[in-house]
Amino acid sequence: MDLEHSPTDEAFRAEARAWLAAHVPPTPLPSLETEEGFAAHRAWEAELAADRWSVVSWPAEYGGRGVGLLKWLIFEEEYYAAGAPGRVSQNGISLLAPTLFDHGTEEQRARILPPMASGEVIWAQAWSEPEAGSDLASLRSRAVRTDGGWRLSGQKAWSSRAAFADRAFGLFRSEPDTPKPHQGLTYVMFDLRAPGVTVRPIGRLDGKPAFAELFLDEVFVPDEDVIGEPGQGWRVAMSTAGNERGLTLRSPGRFLAAADRLVDLWRAHGDPADTALRDRVADAVIGARAYQLFTYAHASRFLQGEALGPESSLNKVFWSEYDIALHETALDLLGPEGELADTGWSEGYVFSLAGPVYAGTNEIQRDIIAERLLGLPKGRR
Amino acid sequence: MRLLLDDEQQAFARSLDAMLTAADTPSVIRSWSAGDPTAGRALWSRIADAGVFALAVPEAYEGVGPLPVELAVAFVELGRHAVPGPLVETVAAAMLLTEPETAKRLLPALASGEVIATLAPEGSYALDGDVATVLLAVDGDDLRLAPGHGPVRTSLDPARRLTRLDPGGELLARNPPLPRALTWARLATAAQALGVGLALLDTTVAYVKQRHQFGVPIGSFQAVKHQLADAKLALEFARPLIFGAALSMDPADVAAAKVTACEAAYATARTALQLHGAIGYTAEYDLSLWLTKARALRTAWGSPGECRAMVLSGGLSGGGRRS
Repeated sequence: MDLEHSPTDEAFRAEARAWLAAHVPPTPLPSLETEEGFAAHRAWEAELAADRWSVVSWPAEYGGRGVGLLKWLIFEEEYYAAGAPGRVSQNGISLLAPTLFDHGTEEQRARILPPMASGEVIWAQAWSEPEAGSDLASLRSRAVRTDGGWRLSGQKAWSSRAAFADRAFGLFRSEPDTPKPHQGLTYVMFDLRAPGVTVRPIGRLDGKPAFAELFLDEVFVPDEDVIGEPGQGWRVAMSTAGNERGLTLRSPGRFLAAADRLVDLWRAHGDPADTALRDRVADAVIGARAYQLFTYAHASRFLQGEALGPESSLNKVFWSEYDIALHETALDLLGPEGELADTGWSEGYVFSLAGPVYAGTNEIQRDIIAERLLGLPKGRR
Repeated sequence: MRLLLDDEQQAFARSLDAMLTAADTPSVIRSWSAGDPTAGRALWSRIADAGVFALAVPEAYEGVGPLPVELAVAFVELGRHAVPGPLVETVAAAMLLTEPETAKRLLPALASGEVIATLAPEGSYALDGDVATVLLAVDGDDLRLAPGHGPVRTSLDPARRLTRLDPGGELLARNPPLPRALTWARLATAAQALGVGLALLDTTVAYVKQRHQFGVPIGSFQAVKHQLADAKLALEFARPLIFGAALSMDPADVAAAKVTACEAAYATARTALQLHGAIGYTAEYDLSLWLTKARALRTAWGSPGECRAMVLSGGLSGGGRRS
């Protein structure tokens, strides 16, 4: 047991740190949930990609550096410590790309991954529907066979980044009468500007169009944009739901950097007599370290060949609740200034509030922890 | 970088777990609480024979330590079985006995289990002063061998027998390394608390699977599941903090592990009590032996507030942050 990184890993850290020091914008970019901010973040993705820092864990042929999980964690620590911008390509990089690596064809990877890595094509997710949220398998949007491909119809909801993104991926019902709802689904990628697609941006709590509703009316998708076998979409989508993806959805580096900034804020504004607030700052520091070490422990298991599945539910509940608590503490520390909507802390706060809801609600995650890690019997929800 | 126990460390944990399972600790705890330490002393010897106390004693004094990771491994198991006695205090005592003369006199006996030590921090109680044979008192800058102890005060955890140490006694050391002893005591307490919490979780999970109401196991109810999921979450995020702290032995890292593990164990105890219903609230049911210990460990060797203050004054380890 040791927490020392190898000399090559430390050399990688130094290289990343030097590059970031020379390239990270000196002032924060506008919110990525605005048109202007989205464009600025897209340009930043291109700058990262030009020196192969946008997707370090991918193979070199797709724009990465082929580094393993530990170097990825180190990169993320450096990335957020440097105050670098949020990642507008996160949906594609952490949700779609792992699926393509596992289930895509060589042609799909070669066509889709390089423009994802450069920010030229930014991906939105299209999972949820008005009647299918936590019960995703009850989704009703259809994919109907046609010459050379499929026609998609239906409505998708809460599609993150879709207001400004280029393409989307999601599940569609290709076989209407299957015995079980998760059968007969197909994993499809489609163009958000294709004929038949209507994107209606939805303002999140602060009004910024962070997500959108998608109305699909006979949208043509060629066969080459189906991932895996038609009808097997549930298995394709879920096989990457656990495993290392659970470790890579939110990196510890992000929270270590945020906790560091919170301590700075506390030292500048905190009332030393307010021990209740002091304790919350300490908890933010402790939580970031706990999350980092939890991730290292699970990365160690993954690297020795163990499969990780339901553990990613522990991870998701922890970071999503941690993120809110950290930002609440910051806003309380700021006092009257904490009410202002145009600070980085308030932007982060609004963003954090969605965490317990998306990527599988925390209620669903707690069911998974109870049933799959503790072995409790399934019951009515 | 590898934050996993190796095969040998895992085997050590398994062998301690097996030995303590066979020892029927609930009956040992009950007689210890009633003032009869015979079975507890016998168990103490077996724990010493397994090499636990030697982990806190340097090789020069017939130990194998100090080995904080292995010590944490051992204390998780001691906590899992709610072993009674001044376990943490004996470790802390070993850390204070650094003067060669005193070390030579006391440490080998401490490693072998011949001696049970306890330690009273300044102005506080010594745990199990009536059973310990070496009573250490911190008196200003002095470490003294206390000549005796006052009456036993009952703790909320009946297995913890609290005593005041008598003043005076032989001067063992001036300016003993108190911060070091505190760090080791907190690490051991954190690991012990994790073990207590893990046992409470296991017991409660087993209970809600077999307890039926409304015709189904109560463990199938979401309101029950989610409380247990939260307990699991708290314990699983405390665990890596403990081993990370054992690797650095930085006082702030250890304080973070201590407050987190103790709060996780305590939250698990509250859940265990709630989900067991009325039976959990009885002294006769063995669950009480773990429930009460989780409460006591929360404030032993540093309250939650003291530990959090230490985290902010010291700053935690962790790569990648601005330096």
